[in-house]
Amino acid sequence: MGQKITIEPVTRVEGHGKVTIHLDNEGKIEQTRLHIVEFRGFERFVQGRPYWEMPVLVQRLCGICPVSHHLAAAKAMDVIVGAGTGEGLTPTGEKMRRLMHYGQIFQSHSLHFFHLASPDLLFGIDSDPLKRNIIGVALEHRDLAVQGVMMRKYGQEVIQATAGKKIHGTGAIPGGINKHLSEEERDFLLHGDDYMNIDKMISWSQDALEFFKEYHKKNKGIIDSFVEFPSSHLSLVRKDGALDLYHGVLRAVDTDGKKILHDIDYQDYDRYINEEVKSWSYMKFPYLKEIGKKNGWYTVGPLARMNTAEFIDTPLAQKEFELFKQYNGGKPSNKSMHMHWARLIEILHSAEKIKQLLNDPDLMEGELVIKGTKCLEGVGLIEAPRGTLFHHYKIGENDMITMANLIVSTTNNNQPMNEAVNQVAVKVMTGKKEITEGMMNAVEVAIRAYDPCLSCATHALGQMPLEFEVYDADNQLIERKFKH
Amino acid sequence: MTGKLPNILIYGYGNPGRQDDGLGIRLAEELDQWCANHHWQHVSTDTNYQLNVEDAAGLANYDLVIFADASRENIQSISFDRLLPSAKTEFTMHAVSPAFILHLCHEIFNHKPEAYLLHIRGYEWEFMEEMTEGAGRNLVEAVNRVKQFILEYSTPIV
Repeated sequence: MGQKITIEPVTRVEGHGKVTIHLDNEGKIEQTRLHIVEFRGFERFVQGRPYWEMPVLVQRLCGICPVSHHLAAAKAMDVIVGAGTGEGLTPTGEKMRRLMHYGQIFQSHSLHFFHLASPDLLFGIDSDPLKRNIIGVALEHRDLAVQGVMMRKYGQEVIQATAGKKIHGTGAIPGGINKHLSEEERDFLLHGDDYMNIDKMISWSQDALEFFKEYHKKNKGIIDSFVEFPSSHLSLVRKDGALDLYHGVLRAVDTDGKKILHDIDYQDYDRYINEEVKSWSYMKFPYLKEIGKKNGWYTVGPLARMNTAEFIDTPLAQKEFELFKQYNGGKPSNKSMHMHWARLIEILHSAEKIKQLLNDPDLMEGELVIKGTKCLEGVGLIEAPRGTLFHHYKIGENDMITMANLIVSTTNNNQPMNEAVNQVAVKVMTGKKEITEGMMNAVEVAIRAYDPCLSCATHALGQMPLEFEVYDADNQLIERKFKH
Repeated sequence: MTGKLPNILIYGYGNPGRQDDGLGIRLAEELDQWCANHHWQHVSTDTNYQLNVEDAAGLANYDLVIFADASRENIQSISFDRLLPSAKTEFTMHAVSPAFILHLCHEIFNHKPEAYLLHIRGYEWEFMEEMTEGAGRNLVEAVNRVKQFILEYSTPIV
């Protein structure tokens, strides 16, 4: 009798996801799929609202990465108010936004590594699930847990100093920013005591990388071989090829590193990228038009950014980037667990960038906003923690939004996550009579490497229990389990 | 009477852009104003979209913490219960439960404040800021309940 096993939703991943694994009569994997319950109401909801509301309004989408939506929408509105496409802002406007963004990357990546990923690395994928969480880390590796908490807190302080408040921040506005950084805020972030200063954050970022590299030496099977499949990679890069998380041109490389999207202006993204709808998933599947639906999918996020960028413009992160590239023979890494390595390099890069910016006098004085000739359409892209985030809007003559299209990072990673699920499921479940918690967690570990935010991708609200379903060859449900 | 008043934190969380999901935030905002009117420096408020691990560091400064959140459960109008630390994780670790934060605070900062969880029943969760009428009524009841509790609790620690 064939079986279909459903893991729903995925733990330690935001929102609601479901994994179904179809087994044939011999226990071999016949098919795996990651299902997302998508709610596309937001694009419709914003229609008829004035464009200037967007940077604040889009934060209703998700409580996980509101800053990324805030900035992507603000960048789109820059175009609409005639302030250019990310390069036309005043130095103060651009640098304050960058500081906000690096704060977001720093806190989000820190949360992922210390609290979502490290339990799997420290205790093992099939260890006791009651221990495999941050409390377990705190009990056995207290320093790591403290670092994770304080790094996350520091990133939140940067956001608050730039966005003005934690909820529905208003910092970025069409054409610029609405505040300077005060001397008090700058000094607190530069020289705060009780760990809360940027030098400590840089030092801890380096420690985290050392921890990972030591782990890697001893656990190559997990990091290098656990999940690996050929993929293209897409991200923004600066015009000179540097890693740039806030602005740049759109580049994609294939699995061997050959450019397949040649540094395009992202205002034209829809000439190059399309989204496919599949009957079994509510989440769309983006792909490069020129390559086609079947092979045109790509990976976004920290790993993709390491694969598309040619260098990093901060010295400590550049050294780590060189080690990363050297280890991978100068080619793109297609190893999903290298996502953790890439994420840690970005944490260090973000910390270095924060320090640079905090020492820049432009943050404390200068013009905040610039405006030009209004346009009726604008696209804003940003490299959010989880990958490239697209916001595209059109407005009518009365300044009201007439069209909105969002492609969030997790949607961009839809196919890669499906590939990862399939590979791990085949590896750990083939021929097994019983599906254990450890096996299910192995599948989840592969998904978690992408740090998906399904709340964002699905625009859904709330949490769901973990559901586990087994179907026979006739698609009849024969077993269902919930984990609360 | 001599002695120090207990440090109290009222922490409302939720997304006020999702209709009744903002009940916890609105409660914290109302009580913030009420405390300011009374010049009560021993009571602080904080708000966020959701709780996360860094909140464990913040809790370490308080004797009493009241978490306030909207609820989709079929409760009467509000529920107000003592909260105990728990290591139980949520399915999504991008956000964590108040009991988990309490536990993390104890494990990392060796501090265990007295804590309560206030649930306020909500009804609608659309992309709007306006609360439903029912949620508004429940909010009034919740605010009064917490005011009464704070008044009773605000006796000097001798």
